[in-house]
Amino acid sequence: MATVIRVEGISKTFKIHHERHQSLKERLLHPRSGSTEVFDALADINFTVDTNETVGLVGHNGSGKSTLLKCICGVLQPTSGQIRIRGSLAALLELGAGFQPELSGRDNVYLYGAMLGFSKKMVDGIFDSVVDFSEIEQFIDTQVKFYSSGMYVRLAFAVAVNVDPDILVVDEVLAVGDERFQAKCIDRIRSFQDEGRSILFVTHNADQVRAICDRAIVLDGGRMIADGPTHESLRTFREHLMGTAQEHDRSGLLASISIDSITTPSGSFDVRSGAGMHFDVAISSQSAYSGNFIMEIFTRKGMLVSRSDAKGSPVNLTPGRNSVGIDLPQIPLLDGIYDINVGVVDPHGNTVIAWREQAASLQVTYDGREGGLVEMGATIHQQ
Amino acid sequence: MSDDSSARVERRSIEDASFRVVSARDSLPTRLRNLWDRRELLSSLIRSDVRIKYKNSALGIVWSMLTPTLFLAIYWLVFAKFLKNGIPNFVVYLFAGMVVWNMFNTSLSTATGVIVVRSGLVKKVSFPREILALANVGSATFYFFIQLCVFGLYLLIVRHAPDYSYFWLLPIAFLALYFFTAALAVVMSAITVYMRDMEHFILIILQLWFFLSPVVYSYEHSIAPQLHAHGLAWLYFLNPVTLIMLTFQRAFYVATVVHSTTPLVAGGHTFSLIKVLPSWPMSTYFYLDISLLAIMVALFLVAEVVFGRLQGNFESEL
Repeated sequence: MATVIRVEGISKTFKIHHERHQSLKERLLHPRSGSTEVFDALADINFTVDTNETVGLVGHNGSGKSTLLKCICGVLQPTSGQIRIRGSLAALLELGAGFQPELSGRDNVYLYGAMLGFSKKMVDGIFDSVVDFSEIEQFIDTQVKFYSSGMYVRLAFAVAVNVDPDILVVDEVLAVGDERFQAKCIDRIRSFQDEGRSILFVTHNADQVRAICDRAIVLDGGRMIADGPTHESLRTFREHLMGTAQEHDRSGLLASISIDSITTPSGSFDVRSGAGMHFDVAISSQSAYSGNFIMEIFTRKGMLVSRSDAKGSPVNLTPGRNSVGIDLPQIPLLDGIYDINVGVVDPHGNTVIAWREQAASLQVTYDGREGGLVEMGATIHQQ
Repeated sequence: MSDDSSARVERRSIEDASFRVVSARDSLPTRLRNLWDRRELLSSLIRSDVRIKYKNSALGIVWSMLTPTLFLAIYWLVFAKFLKNGIPNFVVYLFAGMVVWNMFNTSLSTATGVIVVRSGLVKKVSFPREILALANVGSATFYFFIQLCVFGLYLLIVRHAPDYSYFWLLPIAFLALYFFTAALAVVMSAITVYMRDMEHFILIILQLWFFLSPVVYSYEHSIAPQLHAHGLAWLYFLNPVTLIMLTFQRAFYVATVVHSTTPLVAGGHTFSLIKVLPSWPMSTYFYLDISLLAIMVALFLVAEVVFGRLQGNFESEL
């Protein structure tokens, strides 16, 4: 394994002008007015990315993840520290930012390639696959200003992934394009992984990180709060989100409700595949609250198996100890350990009121012949 | 298994690659090397710049000659016909100066605002930012050569013979012009990010600059006598464009002293001789041009350093 990105003590401070004096007159009239605030977008970030690694960069809005990404891509200069990069890097930051609307798609492919730092000869070599991937061969000689926004992004994405970079940097671009194109992009990212290249993937969609990354880095307020295997980092991320939510909770609602324990009648979390199970969740509350209840089951690799809620019937909490029962009539899971997360959310499902990450671990034993995640009970016969 | 081996090949090539460093401030040699590494982007930008300009116009590239030709006609009418400056073959004289001036003028008026105009790109894609300004200088250079061709054609038509022995000085003078223009363009594009007025200000400066350069009048005839009397001739040569124009005019217009087309009367005597160009020997032109080139290359390096300092805060100003 070789290191391709080495981030060493990166900090970035922005000066925020409260009053902007950008014209000569204003500068002369108010030489010193307009207060300036210094804002630390990133503080002392250190990590490395190796070949054959897909690293997710997670954080909520304003956590500094995009700033960090821009520093790595060289769009922003860090205030201190340095980043060492090896091999070619293609960034899917803002797709199509380099496009010239007046030029044809063909010309823009070359221009965009040059902007990403690839020679004309290289773009010549991949031109057909770019057009093929973007699915706009009919319009390749049309001026880009006549393209739909989807075509625009598809063309840009096609250039970026076909120029054969050693490092691919992806920033929330998978939100564009229709489902089929998205699947194609994920596909391409997977083949990148198979080829042993490095991918840096930025998003605040935890499910996407779980699906793609084997390692995740969590940023909050410009600081790194976690760096490790995806599911561990995401757990830290969620717990941290709960922590900050409690700090900002004026009514004190979040602090008043907590999930104490999750138990089974037998006291054991071992179960045979196909059998049913019952959980008792003990919740203590200081006030009355009516909300929804959520249970998630994850594999140890961090893949979401199932998420279920109280299905429209609210959970009414009264002051004191409350008990919520969860019935699983039949667990079709195959061999393995599964983590269970439980939580109380508001009736609309927007705000998490109380959350217990990895409240219990389910040990499933299975002795059938099926492989994968769940037992479908399929029978196969000749007709 | 084949997957495995291809992955190994990939890894080995990565291990061979050297680290690029992104840090707070790059040194001048690093910046120049980055600039050189991205020369293909520069040529792509120049090509797209030229293409976009004429993409939707019926006359296409002809426009890059039409405007200068119009100005040429106006200046000829005003200075040679109405004001009777007495310089024969005035169009040839004008043309030689205008070609130089247009290159300078077009570069600066387009490059000054370019980083603000393309802030979307600057904030999202990584490349040496001064390339945007240099691309504008580059497309102006392209028009410069087109105009030079038209000039050559005109000389053939009017059967005016340039002094070919001076032609070898032209590349030196042109390079000096290129580096001077590039230096100013790079610095101005960065300053405009902080002071948006510059975009308008530069147009006024350029108007003034035009008349401080010997395009529509002759330095030797109109300016030199007054300045020489006070020993201030050097003042006029602080404008680097002057020397470049004189070189071009010497090569194309050739004659340093001409018979006036309109006899001048001063102090009771009738003059018919006009000193149009300085009567320096070729070696003087060479030494002046080559030292100018050296100074302009140094100026360009200074401009690069200044740009490097200024670009650190671009993202909070754009």
